[in-house]
Amino acid sequence: MTLAATSGKPRPQRHGAGAPARVGRPRLAWALPGFLFFALFAVVPMLYAVYLSFCGNWSGIGSPQLSGAGNWTRLFQDSSIRQATRLTVELTVLSWVFQTPVAMLIGVWAAGKQRNRAVLAALFFIPLVLSSTAISLLFKALLDPNFGLAPSIGPWIGFPDGNILGSTNGALIALVFVGGWQFMPFHTLIYQGGARAIPKSFYDAAAIDGAGRVAQFVHITLPQLRNTITTSSVLIVVGSLTSFETVFLLTQGGPGAATSTLSWVMYQNAFDDFNFGYACALGAGLVVVSTVLSLLMVRLSGFGSMRSTREGA
Amino acid sequence: MIRLAVETTPRTGARASCAAGPGRRNRPGLADRLRRDNPAAALAALLWLAIVIVPIYVMINASFQSQSSALGGDLLVPTTHPTLQNYKLAFQNGFMHLLFNTVVVTVATIVLVLGLSVPLAFAIVRARGRHSSLLVFRIFLLGLAIPAPVILVPLYVMVSKMGLYDTLWAIILPTVAFAMPVTLLVLVGTMRDISEELYEAMALEGATPARMLFKLVIPLSRGGISTVAVFSGLSAWNGLLFPLILTQSPQNEVLTTGLWSLSSEYGVDIPAMLAALTLAGIPMLVLYLAARRALISSVVGFGGR
Repeated sequence: MTLAATSGKPRPQRHGAGAPARVGRPRLAWALPGFLFFALFAVVPMLYAVYLSFCGNWSGIGSPQLSGAGNWTRLFQDSSIRQATRLTVELTVLSWVFQTPVAMLIGVWAAGKQRNRAVLAALFFIPLVLSSTAISLLFKALLDPNFGLAPSIGPWIGFPDGNILGSTNGALIALVFVGGWQFMPFHTLIYQGGARAIPKSFYDAAAIDGAGRVAQFVHITLPQLRNTITTSSVLIVVGSLTSFETVFLLTQGGPGAATSTLSWVMYQNAFDDFNFGYACALGAGLVVVSTVLSLLMVRLSGFGSMRSTREGA
Repeated sequence: MIRLAVETTPRTGARASCAAGPGRRNRPGLADRLRRDNPAAALAALLWLAIVIVPIYVMINASFQSQSSALGGDLLVPTTHPTLQNYKLAFQNGFMHLLFNTVVVTVATIVLVLGLSVPLAFAIVRARGRHSSLLVFRIFLLGLAIPAPVILVPLYVMVSKMGLYDTLWAIILPTVAFAMPVTLLVLVGTMRDISEELYEAMALEGATPARMLFKLVIPLSRGGISTVAVFSGLSAWNGLLFPLILTQSPQNEVLTTGLWSLSSEYGVDIPAMLAALTLAGIPMLVLYLAARRALISSVVGFGGR
């Protein structure tokens, strides 16, 4: 989505007979207030984070002093960072594997016939409007081993004592599940939109050739959904890499360090230990990794070569 | 692409339901239907529907129970002795204050996002300097890659220096900035779809840029503008990070931070917590039920193809 819009070149101007091309065009100054605002509250903090990452273990008192790349070398030697990276990658991969097939299956199906959509009645999309905070606190309550559903569900999925959040694997599974609960409707809708845009004639032609449902899915739906898959996957990957609220509210990185993801470690460094410099190095590293990953996914899927989805609209 | 989705989806829906009547007569044969239906996907959808509904049902059901009866009872069975005690407690703990602050933050965010982004998008699409406007747009698109947790430390330092720490402004301003990249993506897409002829017609009348914006661009971008208002409003309403880090006193708590502190205050009184969560969800649910179609079609368009 992003890159499609970036690479969309402005359309060639067509000047009507004698139409004054310059009349009524805004000056670029119209962009100034919004641009300055965005620069101040998003671009400057980002650059400031990079600067702070070179300022040793500044704790917010006095003014930060440049002191070399110590935080960055520490970043690559820190074993807790290595552990957190492994966990974050696990969480990201599991989230993708959990959400993508289900969202694609339901989304493509719901795009099909009108009467199917009735099944996906109002209730299906409720998680769209609930906050991560409310959802995490809800599941924290429901998974409480002394209260809610955990004691009854636990034994079915391998936790006889119902203490899902208290076990290493259980806490990770809970994070993946709660993330899925929140975002599955969103990705289902994205796939539904993508599948609707596939011309019906493609399927009719395939049906004439005798292609079955599976063959149609593999040879028409999947290739046609390529850009949708990229969009959805980039959102899942970047979202999981930097997700914070669910860990903060549901597990607090625990039990032990079983769910200490990178953003949680960063938060602890910043606001529990007040080591701002190190937290900023970690954060800046996270931005680099997630940007490189999204660009890679876009490049590998060939999404970037699409000029614009609006072409011909 | 987004305007397209916003405008066409409800209409095709309506057309299809009208067509369902007369279309009944030549309905496809059973074999044809079995071939085209996908029972596995239907099952998955139903299963997921249950996964969505059961937690919400348990939340509402348990919120009407006392702590002792919720601990012992089966949460899936409707309670026989409902009590409003938990809800009373939530109101005593300042629920209305949290709600008020959240409404202030959300409304201010929507107003600022639209006030800053609409002229900005107009300039990007129509300004004379093509290259500089494209550059501006690209800088915003890079902003999509900045995750909020990463800039919390610098924001905390900057907001403190500006003297805004522990005010509602400390929540509003960064929330607006973070809503702007997506907003611009949507608005620029919508405004580019306005045909050149319409601009030329207005230019022939000697219209000023301001007149064009108000008489042509805004009326024709209503779909995109409402999508953007919904998305920025949701991110303001649901945001936890900025209020968590940039405010401190109970006086400036919003729903998300308020729920978080209630969860530690209530401790093991889970039904009380669930009542607070139910209350916090009601405004969004009402809005959702009222504007579901518009919301959903804007998400569908969001994915593009």
